[in-house]
Amino acid sequence: MSILAGNPVVDSDMSMNDYLPYQQMAAKLRGVALEMIYDCQSGHPGTSFSCMDILVALWAKHMRHKPEQPDWAGRDRFVMSKGHGAPALYAVLMEMGYIPWDEKLTLRKINSNLQGHPASKYINGVDVSTGSLGQGLSCAVGMALGLRLDNSDARVYALMGDGECQEGNIWEAAMSAPHHKLSRLTAIVDRNNLQIDGDTEKVKAVGDIGEKFAAFGWHVLHANGHNFEELLQALNEADSLANSGEKPTVIVADCTKGKGVSFMENVAGWHGKAPNDEQYADAKKELDATYNELMGK
Amino acid sequence: MTTVVTDLKSPEKAALRNQFGDTLAELGHTVKDLVVLDADLSCSTQTARFAKVHPERFFNQGIAEMDLVNTAAGLAAVGKIPVISTFALFASGKAWEAVRNTVCYSNLNVKIMPTHSGLSLGEDGASHQSIEDIALMRVIPNMTVVVPADAVETEHAVRWAIQDHVGPCYVRLVRPACPVIFDKDKYQWTPGAMPVVREGKDITLVGTGETVYHALRAAEELSEKHGIEADVLNAVFIKPMATDTLVASAQKTGKVITIESHQAIAGLGGAVCEVLSEHHPVPVKRLGTQDRFGQSGKGDELFKEYGIHWENIVNAVKAFVG
Repeated sequence: MSILAGNPVVDSDMSMNDYLPYQQMAAKLRGVALEMIYDCQSGHPGTSFSCMDILVALWAKHMRHKPEQPDWAGRDRFVMSKGHGAPALYAVLMEMGYIPWDEKLTLRKINSNLQGHPASKYINGVDVSTGSLGQGLSCAVGMALGLRLDNSDARVYALMGDGECQEGNIWEAAMSAPHHKLSRLTAIVDRNNLQIDGDTEKVKAVGDIGEKFAAFGWHVLHANGHNFEELLQALNEADSLANSGEKPTVIVADCTKGKGVSFMENVAGWHGKAPNDEQYADAKKELDATYNELMGK
Repeated sequence: MTTVVTDLKSPEKAALRNQFGDTLAELGHTVKDLVVLDADLSCSTQTARFAKVHPERFFNQGIAEMDLVNTAAGLAAVGKIPVISTFALFASGKAWEAVRNTVCYSNLNVKIMPTHSGLSLGEDGASHQSIEDIALMRVIPNMTVVVPADAVETEHAVRWAIQDHVGPCYVRLVRPACPVIFDKDKYQWTPGAMPVVREGKDITLVGTGETVYHALRAAEELSEKHGIEADVLNAVFIKPMATDTLVASAQKTGKVITIESHQAIAGLGGAVCEVLSEHHPVPVKRLGTQDRFGQSGKGDELFKEYGIHWENIVNAVKAFVG
């Protein structure tokens, strides 16, 4: 599978079997992210698992980029606005070749490139440091404005959490992007319904995120955030919309926090907690079983 | 020593923000990556002068300062040189965390050049008078802080920040027309310097921005009427601060007064005390707002009320030296 596969043409002829490599990759990388978090006993497993399939769909299939030329001007840009999903992003960037595998277990350790939240200074593939929620969509707006001035056809993607949409800056940017007619900007919201303090609808109701973005002037698409067929179709549709209009697109991806490890799924407590030895063994066993099954072993 | 104009008693005046807007518009012709963003204050900050000539490279982000700063960060991340402007309080205060976490932590080439800083903003009152922005900006790693003293220096500061300097930079500008204290043809811009603008042996006066004029005017008065000769330093660079110049002056005079249209805490006065306490401790008096908010009024009245007008400086020096 080519990691330069980014293909603006709608892959209407992809069969279910064609998504298997991405499922396999995501299963493997969930294990990698978990190992990183377990090793340093710190990090966000719930959120990393929630967004892993989205990241794989983008980096392994949809986005145009060249790991051997990380500063390629024509590359699609990605902003990890929900910066606490860093272990998932790092696992994907290791798989893509941006981060050496031998840095895997340096996550959150002193003098590491793998900071608790992504730092642009240390990592190719990260153009803007994130971690403070709410900042990334505006950054993506700025990137899209700059790329358009250069007549670039590069696309810009920003991944936000649903709890993050409580930040005012998200809605400042949500107002900016349609105003500036940034059709080549696609926002993706990881809608897993949980934040640190619990249910997003109880902490402060986020409500119908798609409806809110629609009211701000965005195209709104929905996808199962763990289904590669739906994710990739939505990303392709965003491209089609970009070519035919002026609105930016948001994909509301319905996700499960902690996806892939049954005892972590839909439990807010696993938002930002490392597993102990026993929990790690159980989680690893489950992730390995999933991976082996997908590999036909 | 930097040459200053001879007539300080009735100087010509020019608005820094007008010079800022004109310089941006001019640079737009040669610096093709220059983009300018404002938050619905382009007619006040004068970025409208750039927008008029280069509309395709001007972005009005509306009344949304975090969006303003983070969008500029995104533009810098794809190779543009964004200049953002609004009132200083909103750029440095409302958007501080975006400046810190997005611009400075990523060390992006964003130029923050707000106007309407300090007390001289005047009638709008305390809600709009930034008396904390020097402190807020200089404390952030990777940030450079520049405060031009007049329109001549403003042109050099703006050009340097955009054309030569790479990385986050805060250029603090003001609303009113200010005395022109430098000769346009003789002015020499030296990055990182704290130019000596008048030489004396009895006391060191350190001004920044608008207060450089007041320090010079006070020094003239002290010399003519009181026989006191003041060394006057122009802290155009708050960060980095020219330690050698400051220490040399303190060694010569043994007494230092700082003057700023800003809190005496953590701004110029704080920065000067940090340098001197490490390198050459001498008594320092800090003139600025004394842990007190500003208020509505004319700029000159406010400078007197808050003790940073040249008349206040004369009295402070007499008490300090005497």
